[in-house]
Amino acid sequence: MYFVTPRQLIFPGDAVATADSRVEGPVYLDNGKYRSLVVGLVEFRDDGVVIVPLEGVYKPKRGDLVVGYVTDVLATGWEVDVKSFMPAYLPVGEALHKHVDLETTPLTTFLNIGDVVVAKVKDVDLTDEYPIILTLKEERVGKVERGTVAEIAPVKVPRVIGKKGTMLNTLMELGCDIVVGQNGRVWARCKDPRDEVFLASLIKKIETESHVMGLTDRVKAEIENYKKTKQQAAV
Amino acid sequence: MKKSPVPLLQNGLRADGRAPDQMREVNMAVGVVSNADGSAVVSYGLTTAVAAVYGPREAHPRHLALPDRGIMRVRYHMAPFSTKDERKSPTPSRREIEISKVLREALEPAVVLEQYPRSRIDVFIEILQADGSTRVASLTAASLALADAGIYMRDLVIGVSVGLVDNTVVLDLNGLEDQYGEGDLPVGYMPNLKRFTLLQLDGAWTRDKFLEAIGLAVKGAEYVYQKARDALKNRYMSIAEEIYGR
Amino acid sequence: MASISPYGKRFISYLRREQIKRLLSTRYRVDGRGPEQVRDVEVKVGVVKTADGSAEVRLGRTHVVAGVKVGLGQPFPDAPDEGVLVVSAEVLPHASPYTEVGPPDESAIELARVVDRGIRHCGYVDFKKLAVEGGKAYVLWVDLYVINDDGNLVDAANLAAVAALRNTQLPAVVKDETGIKLGRNNKSPLQVEVAKVPVAVSVGKIGGVLLLDPTFEEELSLDGRITFTFSEDRIVALQKSAGHFTQAELETALDLAWRGRERFASALKDVLG
Repeated sequence: MYFVTPRQLIFPGDAVATADSRVEGPVYLDNGKYRSLVVGLVEFRDDGVVIVPLEGVYKPKRGDLVVGYVTDVLATGWEVDVKSFMPAYLPVGEALHKHVDLETTPLTTFLNIGDVVVAKVKDVDLTDEYPIILTLKEERVGKVERGTVAEIAPVKVPRVIGKKGTMLNTLMELGCDIVVGQNGRVWARCKDPRDEVFLASLIKKIETESHVMGLTDRVKAEIENYKKTKQQAAV
Repeated sequence: MKKSPVPLLQNGLRADGRAPDQMREVNMAVGVVSNADGSAVVSYGLTTAVAAVYGPREAHPRHLALPDRGIMRVRYHMAPFSTKDERKSPTPSRREIEISKVLREALEPAVVLEQYPRSRIDVFIEILQADGSTRVASLTAASLALADAGIYMRDLVIGVSVGLVDNTVVLDLNGLEDQYGEGDLPVGYMPNLKRFTLLQLDGAWTRDKFLEAIGLAVKGAEYVYQKARDALKNRYMSIAEEIYGR
Repeated sequence: MASISPYGKRFISYLRREQIKRLLSTRYRVDGRGPEQVRDVEVKVGVVKTADGSAEVRLGRTHVVAGVKVGLGQPFPDAPDEGVLVVSAEVLPHASPYTEVGPPDESAIELARVVDRGIRHCGYVDFKKLAVEGGKAYVLWVDLYVINDDGNLVDAANLAAVAALRNTQLPAVVKDETGIKLGRNNKSPLQVEVAKVPVAVSVGKIGGVLLLDPTFEEELSLDGRITFTFSEDRIVALQKSAGHFTQAELETALDLAWRGRERFASALKDVLG
């Protein structure tokens, strides 16, 4: 039995369903009832109910693409902030393809504090000293030297990508390189640095108005408008 | 005990005109500190508490981190200009340190700390105006800020105070009643789970009055809980409506 | 206690810093402003009812509350016939992910002292009128509370302080058998000379470009920062708080700050009356 209705806003402690129901998402069982752990939205699917949280910290999963900031240089690797509740670790063996002699080559020659990397989550093990292990030994990952990073709430990442990538494809019309990290960081590089500012503001807009009907069309219109204004200015 | 300059109870009404079982005006807003991961401001009458949550984030220093669960750090503090008379020294008093501890222990049963191993959740509460019941207003503000940060919580924790004035049980003590009343009983309550997480008491209470007060506290907490839900709705309803259309 | 160079605490990525610099070289800022543009500023008074005077300032997303409490105390020995001003600042742990719990750190103390110096000597408050009989004096405790830090705390805190003083009610001095004390049931407005209001304007330097009203991110990218406090047409306080300036830059910064003063002064107009 369900105590919720489709599309309902739900708060921590609210009863969702009896224990014999199918419920997914951040819920817990208390006295035979599933209750919500978060402020979220109720979605009914064919096989049960899903609670979709509206806020929250990034919870890394193996295989996630993330954008990270190097925050410390350690003996045999780097500490990387990936906007989660603990720092990630990038071991030197996962960053470089060839062997380096750490006695003679300081690690800072490869990556230093403040550097930005696009990385894959290689492993997550909460019992480890460094529970999140990153790797750069994959396609389309590595240190990024130029561009900008827009910060958004990690739970809003699906909205920036859009259904079947529609929103991301719309953003691509600006002609910039874009990487959407699952951790709520979007890296972008454009030919004109002012396009990066515009793109970052668009991504912020998608975050705050993330769920407006027809947002993709509005974003499309804004991009057209921006391009037009820019052309006129150039003439 | 010192005598109040004005009668605390007259013809069944309190000095500020309230009935014994009446809250002061309750106002709340969620998401008021843009840098914080979660935040809320709560006022019961003049008493105003601003709470900000940062985290879960890496626990510093490292040796404080626990391998299987997160830790919480709670700070309750009063602004120097928050009291009616003299400026309060900004140095944390023994009172503020104790309240920080009981508030942490009132929030911990609600927060699913096992979800955040090796990390720390910071809850900062500042009293901008004080007129009684500051710790319970703080508790409501803190739990709203935690929910706003998306931290897993079993329930909200709602704070209300009850007290004894002229041997009558009253809800939501103001500063005057706190100072001159015969007893003060601050309560933290999880309205869905119907469990108490903060209980303190001073003064002298009979068993009957104590139980009557607990009953009134639950009633008050349920009233404040509806206001807390409204505050969360104000922040998040627009999102819900936008997803699905009106 | 010594002052230590800040390390690792406040973080900005290399990428972001480069972006800020690159854009500024075309006189454009990451939030879309030009170098001389100040963010929206809002000043409200009387926001804390338990204080004797209060104000809150929002400068963009920076949010500062100032509360004034009036006390009775001893005047300073070198000014026995004057009232006392004590400005303190606390950057609440609420204000940013980088603020730590504890007594005010060196930057909060600097913030309070820069605001203090602006007010102290400009004649906005006539401290001679704050002496009380019996060798006592009024003490004006101005507490600056930073609730959200998105940069340029000095300019925002100064506005909050002067607005809160304008809003301050002095409790009357009452005498009884135990001596003199303050009676908060009988208050009268603190007299301030509105025309002399001190206005602090900070100028930042990034890659050779001078700019007004830096944000938190811009502050992490600064090559220099200087704050001028003006009263009427004079400079009443100055603080270089980061980096270095050439003489030519100093002159340009002064002119830029003077233009910024207009913007802040007009934001104060309504509350000063």
